[in-house]
Amino acid sequence: MTTISTPKQSDGRKAGRRSPLASVALIAIGLLFTGGAYAAFSTSTASAETNAASQQTVGEGQKLFAANCATCHGLEAAGTNAGPSLIGVGAASVDFQVGTGRMPMQLNGPQAEKKAVQFTDEQIVSLAAYVASLAPGPALPDPSLLDAEGDAAKGAELFRINCAMCHNVAGAGGALTQGKYAPALAGVTEKHIYEAMVTGPQNMPVFNDMNISPESKRDIITYLKYLDNNPSPGGFALGALGPVSEGLFLWIFGLGSIVALTVWITAKSN
Amino acid sequence: MSTTTTTTDLVETKKSGGLTGAAANYIDERTSISTAVKELGRKIFPDHWSFLLGEVALYSFVIILLSGSFLTFFFSASMTPVEYDGSYMPLKGVEMSAAMASSLDISFDIRGGLLMRQVHHWAALLFVAAIGLHMLRIYFTGAFRKPRELNWVIGFVLFILAMAEGFTGYSLPDDLLSGNGLRIIDGMVKGIPLVGTWISFLLFGGEFPGEAIVGRLYSLHILLLPAIIVALIAMHLLFVVVHKHTQYPGAGRTNQNVVGYPVLPVYAAKAGGFFFIVFGIVMLMASLFTINPIWNYGPYDPSPVSAGTQPDWYIGFADGALRLIPPGLEMVWLDRTWSFNILIPLVSLGLFILVVLIYPFIEGWVTGDKREHHILDRPRNAPTRTAIGAAGVTFYAALWATASSDIIATHFKVTMEGVIHTMQFLVIVGPFIAFFVTKRICLALQKKDREIVLHGYESGRIVRLPGGEYIEVHQPVDEYERWKLVSYNDYKPLMIRPNAKGKITVGQKARAGLSRWFFEDRIEPVSTTELVRTHDHHH
Repeated sequence: MTTISTPKQSDGRKAGRRSPLASVALIAIGLLFTGGAYAAFSTSTASAETNAASQQTVGEGQKLFAANCATCHGLEAAGTNAGPSLIGVGAASVDFQVGTGRMPMQLNGPQAEKKAVQFTDEQIVSLAAYVASLAPGPALPDPSLLDAEGDAAKGAELFRINCAMCHNVAGAGGALTQGKYAPALAGVTEKHIYEAMVTGPQNMPVFNDMNISPESKRDIITYLKYLDNNPSPGGFALGALGPVSEGLFLWIFGLGSIVALTVWITAKSN
Repeated sequence: MSTTTTTTDLVETKKSGGLTGAAANYIDERTSISTAVKELGRKIFPDHWSFLLGEVALYSFVIILLSGSFLTFFFSASMTPVEYDGSYMPLKGVEMSAAMASSLDISFDIRGGLLMRQVHHWAALLFVAAIGLHMLRIYFTGAFRKPRELNWVIGFVLFILAMAEGFTGYSLPDDLLSGNGLRIIDGMVKGIPLVGTWISFLLFGGEFPGEAIVGRLYSLHILLLPAIIVALIAMHLLFVVVHKHTQYPGAGRTNQNVVGYPVLPVYAAKAGGFFFIVFGIVMLMASLFTINPIWNYGPYDPSPVSAGTQPDWYIGFADGALRLIPPGLEMVWLDRTWSFNILIPLVSLGLFILVVLIYPFIEGWVTGDKREHHILDRPRNAPTRTAIGAAGVTFYAALWATASSDIIATHFKVTMEGVIHTMQFLVIVGPFIAFFVTKRICLALQKKDREIVLHGYESGRIVRLPGGEYIEVHQPVDEYERWKLVSYNDYKPLMIRPNAKGKITVGQKARAGLSRWFFEDRIEPVSTTELVRTHDHHH
């Protein structure tokens, strides 16, 4: 994994979001130019990215996969009783699942929980390259779609129509059946939002490019980043959960403090 | 000659005490207000924190009127589609109703508008909550007994009207959340057999959502409902003056007197100051905490529904009832769909509301007590009533909590199905558990009171008598405390008596049955004889 031709430090993940994106972008662009014309015209049903330059990365990824993932997904990534087949899930899926810490899964449960990321960026790139080499699948998104400078109003509308029924209008998350849930979206990186839309992790449906165009996905990301970067104009948002948190707050703190004051007002002086 | 008379009059007025006196005299000579001031100013109000809860409701209503008037200056109750062009970026260029656009303008482009919106909404939540707590106080202390039964009914109707005000107001901004709420109401109305569809079309002026509903709700919200509420509040307060205020039992307090402070100057000053305290708290909440962020919800569109869509807290119990009803209860009969999944919640909530509304009459009939009661019951001294109240509170609370079933599921990491099934169990079995537990606790507390009156408090001091016997010294309860502990109404189950025709009617039997259920388990208050006997025994 040290042979990847990128000047970025491998521990730069925490230091800034741009550096991993840059390295990913370099690889993606390199592959697009060298890999063939097919890849250049498709953004999501991407290419079988195998060539000489990435062969070593794929090899590294295969080793990592065998050591960390094969127990559940099988040595050939064809799936076992414990985990699904990864053939054709694409690099985007691996980058999302491993990059958000959901994989490797810590324990069986209704769904894989987000947790601390277990691999370095380079390791994730290798894993993604290996899984992508098995069969064509959604590739890593183009950085131009992740700049969060699209049309927030259009993104907000699309979000309300397509996403809000599970994730809540303010992206605060919501409940699904059987203990599953749609997670809160605050603080999720642009890349992971995009990848989630293309790959449909866990219970999420896939929003392919016929359904929501890449530009519209960029608008949705723009809206979510707008929510992230702009605090609620009305003051503390109380979790943006709607009337439940408002009602609880009113009863406990509003009426609670008023009752405390009534006790104070009517207290007999000693 | 006439000039002279006027001068003397003026001189006389001046003598009686400066500008204040002159002004007071001027007003009194024209309105005879001194009689009213003399009467009201010397009116006595007892002091207890729980007596201020109704005031909190009244003050929140005043705050709602003030902030609401401000909002009417800028709100446009029209569903004409417009393109939003205000300063909230993520909605720019989006088509929405004029109502939604003007609500956004109030929030972002009118100075103080957002603060006033939040003041209005927080005060509305507080208004209904304060009424609820006030009602619980009235119920659990038995303040609804004769002569106050009608005032209970007025108060309860006010509670219902406050919910109606809340719901109509919640629907006005025409955002996604309020539209979803209206859709649920529309569905409930349509679920009523035969007339449902007609009523729905009449209400919305055609198929939902139409273009009429916001304007109609606005008329109700700012005209009809507030007018009725103001009139009923006036009646409610008038009755408080006529009946005089109730008081908690205590030394020197009887059904014939009221112990407390006069309105002028003490009570008026306290109550006046308290208004500003309530206003201050509402202001604080409104300036620090977001409420109903319509800019997140966006304009109403019948297709999307957001996760975490709930009504404001006071409609939560109805929302919860809909969530709890098991699936598969619709059937086709006589070529019509019968939606029992809607009818069962509607009917059970209707019955619940009816029982609460007429409870004073039910209890009055069961006890057969025609006396006036101005001394409040301590909740433990009316075990069955307190237990019924606890059962009602449990029923309501379970429905209410269910309205947030999805949020309970995500935040406590449990399954939706688990939450719903637990709540279904609690709604049905919970009230019974609450009834029995509460009744036993009340009886136990009464026993403890009895014990204290007869034998005093345990002092923890062990004394060895000359004969070698050890006894614990009990500290006798003082007379003021004893008054509180022994003076309560004790009811015995009613005997069935034949009426004038020598017959025992079904009504009589039902009444005797209910009376037995109310009063068969009872702890008698300590009588003087008993007290004297134990006293002698100790000596």
